Amino acid sequence: MISIILLSGFGIISLFAGFLKSKRILLPMALLFLVVVFGVNLFDWDQNQSYFSNMLTIDNFAVAFTGIMVLSTLLILPFTQHYITRNDENVGELYALILFSLVGAIMMVSYNNMLMLFIGIEILSIAMYVFAGSDKGSMRSAEAALKYFLMGSFFTGILLFGIVMIYGATGTFNIAEIAGSAEAMGTAGVNNIMFMLGVLMIIIGISFKVSAAPFHFWTPDVYEGTPTVWTAYMSTVVKTAGVAAFYKLMDSAFAASYGSWMPTLVAIIVLTLLIGNVGAVVQQSMKRMLAYSSISHAGYLLMTLLAFNEFSQSAILFYSFAYSTASIAAFGVLQLVARQRQSENYEAFNGLGKTNPLLAFAVSVSMLSLAGIPMTAGFFGKFFVFSALVEQPNMMWMIVVAVILAAVGVYYYFRVIITMYLHPVAEGHSPIKSTSFINIMLIIISVLTILLGIAPALLSDVL
Amino acid sequence: MITALLLFWPALAALLVLLIKGQGAKKVAFIATLVEFAIALFATVNFIPDATTQFALDIPWVERAGIGFTIGMDGISLLMVLLTTFLIPLIVLSSFKHDYKDPHVFYALVLFMQTGLIGVFVAMDAFVFYFFWEVALIPIYFIAAIWGGARRIPVTFKFFVYTIFGSLFMLAAFVYLYFQTAGTGIAAHSSNVNAFYQLTLDSATQSWIFWFLFLAFAIKMPVFPFHTWQPDTYTESPTQATMLLAGIMLKMGIYGVLRWLLPVVPMGVSQWADLVLVLSIIGIVYASVIAIRQRDMKRLIAYSSIAHVGLIAAGIFTLNEQGLQGGVIQMLSHGINVVGLFFIIDIIFRRTNTREIASLGGITQTTPALSIIFLILLMGSVALPLTNGFIGEFLLLSGVFQYNHYFGAVAGLTIILGAVYMLRMFQGVMFGTKSEATEGFADLTFQEKAVLIPLVVMVFWIGLFPNTFLSISEPAVGQLLSIINR
Repeated sequence: MISIILLSGFGIISLFAGFLKSKRILLPMALLFLVVVFGVNLFDWDQNQSYFSNMLTIDNFAVAFTGIMVLSTLLILPFTQHYITRNDENVGELYALILFSLVGAIMMVSYNNMLMLFIGIEILSIAMYVFAGSDKGSMRSAEAALKYFLMGSFFTGILLFGIVMIYGATGTFNIAEIAGSAEAMGTAGVNNIMFMLGVLMIIIGISFKVSAAPFHFWTPDVYEGTPTVWTAYMSTVVKTAGVAAFYKLMDSAFAASYGSWMPTLVAIIVLTLLIGNVGAVVQQSMKRMLAYSSISHAGYLLMTLLAFNEFSQSAILFYSFAYSTASIAAFGVLQLVARQRQSENYEAFNGLGKTNPLLAFAVSVSMLSLAGIPMTAGFFGKFFVFSALVEQPNMMWMIVVAVILAAVGVYYYFRVIITMYLHPVAEGHSPIKSTSFINIMLIIISVLTILLGIAPALLSDVL
Repeated sequence: MITALLLFWPALAALLVLLIKGQGAKKVAFIATLVEFAIALFATVNFIPDATTQFALDIPWVERAGIGFTIGMDGISLLMVLLTTFLIPLIVLSSFKHDYKDPHVFYALVLFMQTGLIGVFVAMDAFVFYFFWEVALIPIYFIAAIWGGARRIPVTFKFFVYTIFGSLFMLAAFVYLYFQTAGTGIAAHSSNVNAFYQLTLDSATQSWIFWFLFLAFAIKMPVFPFHTWQPDTYTESPTQATMLLAGIMLKMGIYGVLRWLLPVVPMGVSQWADLVLVLSIIGIVYASVIAIRQRDMKRLIAYSSIAHVGLIAAGIFTLNEQGLQGGVIQMLSHGINVVGLFFIIDIIFRRTNTREIASLGGITQTTPALSIIFLILLMGSVALPLTNGFIGEFLLLSGVFQYNHYFGAVAGLTIILGAVYMLRMFQGVMFGTKSEATEGFADLTFQEKAVLIPLVVMVFWIGLFPNTFLSISEPAVGQLLSIINR
């Protein structure tokens, strides 16, 4: 809880620090704030405190997810360095927004009440709409913001509608009470149209937020138009919060009606995996490929929602963090490359292994991790997800589908590695300029990815 | 402890080699691999030839899930480790004439691959096995893709995606099997190999698990019709990568069948054994016939490798002792012969710049040493008595014959067809009149002899005293059979 208060306070401080002549202080300050929040958050471990008349509960689930989201943000922020060095106008707002948006993200993993879930999603989303349009000079960025905002509002409406339906059917916003009343109603009661429609609409609303198909269509365009560093934030922290919230909701509120929403979710997952992986294959732009890859990873993450066993929470936690670290490195390097080469296509990466061995290594590790190759965190991520699902009866076919599509994933992730190491550098291309700060961050990210690939228990045994 | 040392020494050495700039890297790599071989010999001396898993090490890895970092060696593992540690120094030595660019990366990758290979052979936990299975793949992919021939990028890419595709199925099967096991202590399940052996699954389940696992192993070996990546990859890879692939890596697939397929789903195996034998035997004949038509020597050996592996696969799926023991000994023999043959092709290629049989000829006139060694390795490959190939193929064929007379008869064609393509190649390359390319062909240098003579010694050692090796694996194979027939 203190972390929410601190983040809000820190956000306001950042906002005022934005008025200073030199913006130099903003980045180190934001990093310091996040380190403090990360530390303070750990004090809530095993406390299980409830706040706001039981609307928020900071349990271990919330602490763990807050931890990885704050950590991911910490890893993303160094890539905003260029805002500082260019001494842009109005960057104070961006740092304030990122801190504020984390408040929303934390609410999404600690809510106990549908209203809190809704507020959390809105706090996070509104910040995202601003980030999407934060490159004010660019038409693409404006287009992305508008698209995201219009679609986002529409689906928020559907989500809200769903929440209201559930309220109508059960008379409460509290998720534990919803579960209780669903159980009390029995199978016949659960099958009443209002309840089922409510669950369906909530599923649709959150599916949009985590970019699951068929509600994914905004993802490639919005990701492409958004300034790359914020795309990284969108595809990592926002997705982690979304999936964690989704899991929490299904596990604690709707577990009793599993049978009625399971087929819908199965359809969503299979479609997401299919569209994400097949869509990524045909892309020429690295950024769009990463967008589709982000869709496909939403599919893998959602697979855990089909099984509530001792592995599910750990699986989501581990997978989201593995996916986040890998994506951050990929987007981070993409940002550097794209800025200097004026292109986000694969060709921009030609010969990166020769010109910038460190950047190429970081991208390779992250691609291996995204592809799920052993010795990287991504492997254990996939492993835990499959483990969570395999105990469920009649779900083996889903694992087979996921496995086949994971092999497709290997194809497009390796294209990047091949481009970097096996294609010659284009004429007149100088090495990509990077700062030592970013280099150190990339090393940390790569080490984290490999460390979790060798000693997964560090994170998987947390929950 | 010895097993852990065997496993991690090459990885450590790889890091060391990475730091050495320039061609000095190859010498350090060579010494490191010799040390590794010495460790393996030490283990062999201390090995007690019974069915137990020795030099075992069991550290909790993901403790709550019952996944342990469990490694150890029984007779079969030990033989495979010996083969790996014996061949890799020779492979490194064989590359001394090549000046690969970025040698430190090249040799670090070779050493890193050795860790992966050893890991596969000593893993006694399903996930450790899978882990090293993929770890071995990544370095060889880069070796082949960076230092390979003109078409290397698409060819190695196909190889990579194909094998990953198969191994993901293996992973899915392992995950499923893992959840059927009973765990110990706080863990509900266990991925230990013995826990897998104790599973009693119904035959329908075993049947599909069989295919999940078989797909991964069959692609790696490769068994017909999963072999399409192999000839191109072998041909396009640099010689050392081809040696690693053919000499050791394909044994991973066969070893996988022995350790993780036959004893885990015996009912599934007996359901599908007929089909697998038919596929393997088709592979033998098919690959042999194609080999006869090849003009490129490297491609010819690549196809011959499919034929030989086909026979090994046929032998081990008969599930009788001759077949299994023959498979184990033939893995050693094939590794030795194929590495030697690829090296000789490399020697000829470096001196003449061609691998076309038609543009070579008359080499015997100036090269007594090369001719004799080439002939010995060739004879080993076509299974002449007194050579290593004879022991393996004889046991394998008698195993297949026991299983089904007709299968045995057709599989026996391998010896005849093998003699046809091998001798045809020898004749075209070594005999006849000198061609433009082979004019002034020099005999073997000291370094080349240093690679080939140990191989020739092994050809005769296995050919004359096969019991040295058979006795190591016999108890382990016996135990395997008792688990299968339980």
